[in-house]
Amino acid sequence: MYVAVKGGEQAIDAAHRLLDEERRGDRSVPSVTLEQIAGQLTLAVDRVMNEGSLYDRELAALAIKQARGDLIEAIFLIRAARTTLARFGYAEPLDTRAMRVKRRVSAAFKDIPGGQILGPTFDYTHRLLDFSLAGDYEPPEAARAPGALRSDMPRVLEMLGSEGLMEQPSQEAREPADLTQDPLDFPAGRDLRLQNLARGDEGFLLALAYSTQRGYGRTHPFAGEIRLGTVEVSFTPEELGFPIVIGAIAVTECEMINQFKGSATVKPQFTRGYGLGFGQCERKAMSMALVDRALRAGELGEERGAPAQDEEFVLSHSDNVQATGFVEHLKLPHYVDFQSELVLLRRLRAGTEAAKHRLEAAKDRPEAAE
Amino acid sequence: MPSHAPTSGETARAAWMRILALSAWGDLEACAKDYTDTAHDVLRPPETGLVMLRGRMGASGAAFNLGEATVTRCAVRLGDGTEGHAYVMGRSAAHAKLAAICDALLQRDAQRLSETIIAPLAAKLDAEQAEASTKAAATKVDFFTMVRGDD
Repeated sequence: MYVAVKGGEQAIDAAHRLLDEERRGDRSVPSVTLEQIAGQLTLAVDRVMNEGSLYDRELAALAIKQARGDLIEAIFLIRAARTTLARFGYAEPLDTRAMRVKRRVSAAFKDIPGGQILGPTFDYTHRLLDFSLAGDYEPPEAARAPGALRSDMPRVLEMLGSEGLMEQPSQEAREPADLTQDPLDFPAGRDLRLQNLARGDEGFLLALAYSTQRGYGRTHPFAGEIRLGTVEVSFTPEELGFPIVIGAIAVTECEMINQFKGSATVKPQFTRGYGLGFGQCERKAMSMALVDRALRAGELGEERGAPAQDEEFVLSHSDNVQATGFVEHLKLPHYVDFQSELVLLRRLRAGTEAAKHRLEAAKDRPEAAE
Repeated sequence: MPSHAPTSGETARAAWMRILALSAWGDLEACAKDYTDTAHDVLRPPETGLVMLRGRMGASGAAFNLGEATVTRCAVRLGDGTEGHAYVMGRSAAHAKLAAICDALLQRDAQRLSETIIAPLAAKLDAEQAEASTKAAATKVDFFTMVRGDD
C-alpha cells in the first residue's frame, strides 16, 4: 500500500543540490568532459548502450557523467530518454559478414581463412597495474601491417556448415517480436529471447553462463568465432521506398559451437548459440551466446532443470532496470505497510501471551487438566 | 523492406546518401561549405527519433530486434522543386539538414557535385578504414611450429 507522503520537498531539493556538488567533486580539478568519457571510458559507454538498448555514444557518456559512474543508474537514464523519442521504424538486419573487422578470433580452429586477429584486447596482458597511466603517459601509435585485412572475412561456422556438420539457423521470415512494443510473454521465441538477452544485465548473464559451464545445464561450448568491428546500418524510409545506409556502428559478435543434436533420420550436428551486442562487449556477447544455447534446451529435446535453461526465470530477471526498480523501491516510505505488520505482530504476541496464561491457569487447577 | 528492386537512379542516390551519412560532421561541413546557404524550403525540419536495429540469429538466420539507435531526419525542397532527404544516425540537426540539401543538389547536378562533395568524403572514409584495417592486420597471429627435439 502506498500513501502520498507530504513534506520533505525542501529536504529533497537540498539532497539534490548536495548530489550535484558531490558529482562535481573537487572544483579545483577540471570537470570530466563527454568527449573524455566517450573517447576514453569506451567500454563503460558500450555497456550503457547495450543495456540501455540505445546506440548513441554521446548520450551514454552524458548518462555516465550524470550517474557519477553508476552504470545501472546510467542505463536507467538512457531507457528513460528513449521513451521521449518517436520510432521511425526498423532497420534492415545487420550484415555482420560485411563487418570491417578489428578483432576476430576462433578457439576452435587455429588456421582460419583471414587469420586470427587479436585487435585491441586485454587478453594476454599481465593484469598488473600500469602506473605510467597515473601520469600523462602518451602511448606510441599502434603498429601497422603493410597491407589491409581481407574485406570478406569468411565465417568459421559456415565452413563447418558446408560439410553438414553444423546446424543451420532458422530462416523463419515472420516479423520478430519486439519487447519495446509488447510485454514479455511465454513461451518466448528465440527472437524475443535474443532481444531480452541483448539488453540484459552483463553480470546476470555472466553468472548464468558460468553456471552452465559448471554443470547446471552443460552445453560443451567452444568459441567458434568472436568478431569485433564496424557494420553499416541500412534503413528504408517510407517516403523513399529503397534502403539507404544511415550510419555505421561497432558491434561484437560471438558464435558458440556446442555439442551435438541428431535424430534417427538426421545425422548428428553441432548446435550453436549466438551473441551480439553494441560496441566492444566480448564478455557480454559470449555470455549471451552461452545462455541463448542453454535456453534452446526445449527445442533441442534436452532435459530442462538448470536455472539457465528456464526461460521464465532468465528472461524475467535479466533486466537490471526492472530489477533495480523493484529492489530499490524498498527504501521508499512503506510506513503504512509496516504499521500493519507491527499491529499484526503485536496481536500474534498478545495471543501467545493469553494462551500461556490459560495454560498456566489450567496447571494450577489439576482437576480441569484431567 | 524495400518494396521493389532499386532503379539505377535510386542506386546512385543511395550511394551518395551513404557517404553523406557516414562522413563525420566536420568533414561534411568542410566539403559542402559552398552549399550551406543554398535557398530551400524545409519540408520536414530536423527531427531526432529512433530506429530499431536488427541482428540475425546465428549471424545468418531469422531476424531479431537488437536495440535502438538515435537517428535524425530532415527533408528540404529547392526552388525548382527538387526534394532532398536525409536520415543520419545520431542527433545532429545540422548534419541531417546539410545532408538533405546535398541530396537535393546531387539529384540536380550529380556529375559536378559528386566530384566536389562525394568524392573527397568517400576518399577520406576509405583512408580512415584502410588505416584501421592495417592496424588490425598488425595484430594478426603468425603461428609457427616449435621444433621439438631432434631425435
